[in-house]
Amino acid sequence: MAAASVLSPVPRIGTMVPGVERHRGPAGEQLLPVIPGLASLFPEGGLRRGSTVTVADSTSLLLALLSGASRSGAWCAVVGMASFGAVAASESGIALDRLALVAQPGAAWQSVTAALLDAFEMVAVCPSTRVSSTDARRLAARARERGSLLVPLGPWEGADLRLSVTRQHWNGLGDGHGYLRGHQAEIHAEGRGSFARPRQVQLWLAGEDLAGRPAGSTTAAPRSAAVVVREVVA
Amino acid sequence: MTPPVRTLAVWVPDWPLVAARVDPGTIAAVLRAGRVWACTGAARVAGVVVGLRRRDAQSRCPELQLIPDDPARDARAFEPVIAAVETVVPGVEVMRPGLCVVPSRGGARYFGGDDQLTVQVRQMVRSRTEVACRTGVAGGPFAAVLAARADQVVPPDGTREFLAPMPVELLGQPELAELLRRLGLTTLGDVARLPAPDVLARFGPDGAQAHRLARGRDGHSPTARVPPLELAVSCELDPPADRVELAVFAAKNLAEQVYDRLVDANLACTRIRIEAQTEHGEQFGRVWRHDGPLTAVAIAERVRWQLDGWLAGTAPAVQPTAGVTLLRIVPEEVVTAAGRQLGLWGDGGSAAARVTRALARVQGLLGPDAVMTAQVVGGRGPAERVRLVPWGEPRTDFGPATWGPGGFRPGGFASGGPGARSSAPDDTRSGDSGSDGSGSDREGPDGAPRVRDERNSKPWPGALPGPAPATVLPDPRPAVLSDASGAPVGVTGRCAVTAPPVRLVVAGGVDLEVVAWAGPWPVDERWWDSATHRRKARFQVAPRSGPAWLLALEHGRWWAEAVYD
Repeated sequence: MAAASVLSPVPRIGTMVPGVERHRGPAGEQLLPVIPGLASLFPEGGLRRGSTVTVADSTSLLLALLSGASRSGAWCAVVGMASFGAVAASESGIALDRLALVAQPGAAWQSVTAALLDAFEMVAVCPSTRVSSTDARRLAARARERGSLLVPLGPWEGADLRLSVTRQHWNGLGDGHGYLRGHQAEIHAEGRGSFARPRQVQLWLAGEDLAGRPAGSTTAAPRSAAVVVREVVA
Repeated sequence: MTPPVRTLAVWVPDWPLVAARVDPGTIAAVLRAGRVWACTGAARVAGVVVGLRRRDAQSRCPELQLIPDDPARDARAFEPVIAAVETVVPGVEVMRPGLCVVPSRGGARYFGGDDQLTVQVRQMVRSRTEVACRTGVAGGPFAAVLAARADQVVPPDGTREFLAPMPVELLGQPELAELLRRLGLTTLGDVARLPAPDVLARFGPDGAQAHRLARGRDGHSPTARVPPLELAVSCELDPPADRVELAVFAAKNLAEQVYDRLVDANLACTRIRIEAQTEHGEQFGRVWRHDGPLTAVAIAERVRWQLDGWLAGTAPAVQPTAGVTLLRIVPEEVVTAAGRQLGLWGDGGSAAARVTRALARVQGLLGPDAVMTAQVVGGRGPAERVRLVPWGEPRTDFGPATWGPGGFRPGGFASGGPGARSSAPDDTRSGDSGSDGSGSDREGPDGAPRVRDERNSKPWPGALPGPAPATVLPDPRPAVLSDASGAPVGVTGRCAVTAPPVRLVVAGGVDLEVVAWAGPWPVDERWWDSATHRRKARFQVAPRSGPAWLLALEHGRWWAEAVYD
């Protein structure tokens, strides 16, 4: 009895010690949290640590992916993206002081990525040279060993999950008036294992107070965006 | 000659025994070099005096207890006493463990007189350290120390009278004292009556110094400020090093010197500043921060990386135009060396520590400027709103962006000085960054995020509303925005488009139909400076589906600046 009362405050330590909240999936492996809009893509409720997730065609999608982990205290790194929009990153909720940018790693991008995987929870990498299957396997193994998430932009052999934007639409812009307000996108996910069944989700990637929400899930959505939320199981 | 500084002396009698926590009632003494160095009151009653040989002391008092001499213990134990005094009056100068002096003028004014000041000091020392001390105030440290022995406050003009009856032995020059005594000059008053030129002629500089002390004209004044430890080291390179290897060799030695100094001072360094000067007088400086204490190897490594970055650098703007002639390493943040605490479960410390190590490795691979952290600052275009700070540099200032948010104030507010800043707190912050980029300006106080918010919240007329583009092209791509007839769209002097755009072609294979567009957002920046003056009009265009684009029209040409993808 006494031991129980002594031990009861222990779970609160997680709130005192700065660090990543340890989410655990049903299988017991650790998960990195994702924003609510993307949650339905991940049956386990988060990104599995040590996996490789590719993102294609959209920087906003990458930001959405990073922001979920960054908001929970994770450190993120972006390698090889000289065009990374830091203001948009900050708007999507990524903590810029926990975000390292290696804009021009040149030919050394693989060593840089490998070094960063040792410490960062999420490493997004835009390869500047062609990725051989050996390199891809080596880096993926490194991520698995360290429990980090490798997020290559573009094709990557042996990725656990491939995310892509199949459709995207900006609203708020008229014929010579207005401004870009909301960014709606349809995300397609498919991969291996538990992701073998392709999934699709529509969500707001950017826009006032909507970013990261599933499309249509809020009544505050702009009128022009009357898109019904749907989760397609193909 | 200026009159001696009014000085407060704080003296703890028999300090070595107090420091050793010997009860004053026990008959005990501390010996140094075979003679009694200090003894308790009880020992004094029993006939033991300071300076007595060990054998004599033991013959006078066989039960004398000998306490081992330990100067380190004395000094260590005295530190809390100094701290206690310092809470009352700043600028304490330690003369030896057990005795310190401090200029008393400020404290006396604050507390309403020397008497009140001494009461404050004694109370503070007693309450904080449970040590009874004696205090004295007089002109100059010499008289003040003697006043502390007598535990009295000497009136401002009474120092000479106070010293007059004292024996010449107190001057601290035994040979001179013996000579004076044989000449019949037994008290300081006798010495003080002699004419100064005669004393100097007969006794030389030592005698003149003794004469000054006896007259209450103590030339030595306690420094009002404890000088910081000089930890920085520098070395000159001759011939100038124009290759990294040459400079690195010197840097390695320098790093070891810095490390040795730090170790001597029982300090560890968590932040160093590396400075270099070239033949052409260019100054380069960079701060390196480290999560844990830097070792000699780590310092040398960082100096090497930094030199690599400068001499073999990829950015021509920061490349020296001549060989490096001077290298300097300045430890900027030191902590007491306490060893490094690693994580208990072998995870290599906290996340921040792991990250720092990983980034140090990347910096080793690519150079220190390869790893950046971003900071959002005020601005109009998406690229201007980001400031990239090399990892390890403080994320506090705003770099070259010295012009105000309204776009109507020239840069260079830094000359306003602190007074100007405080008098106009609402708008001078933005000019605070120091356009000269000089070293000391870069480390702002911790209030920086607040300053940043303040700057961000300023209106930036012409700034783009809404979500920022996720992709900001580092080099804008040429584009063509054309109307229905295929002619390029233009903007009139009244900021109206010549025709609605229908088609966008961007270099790199983008060709899309424009279904929605907005603009222009005209920008007329830095019109006061012909070199950096920019005039452009920004447009947002969107296709039916797919990413939207941010375009800019400048000098009649269209550029794609960013992609909302």
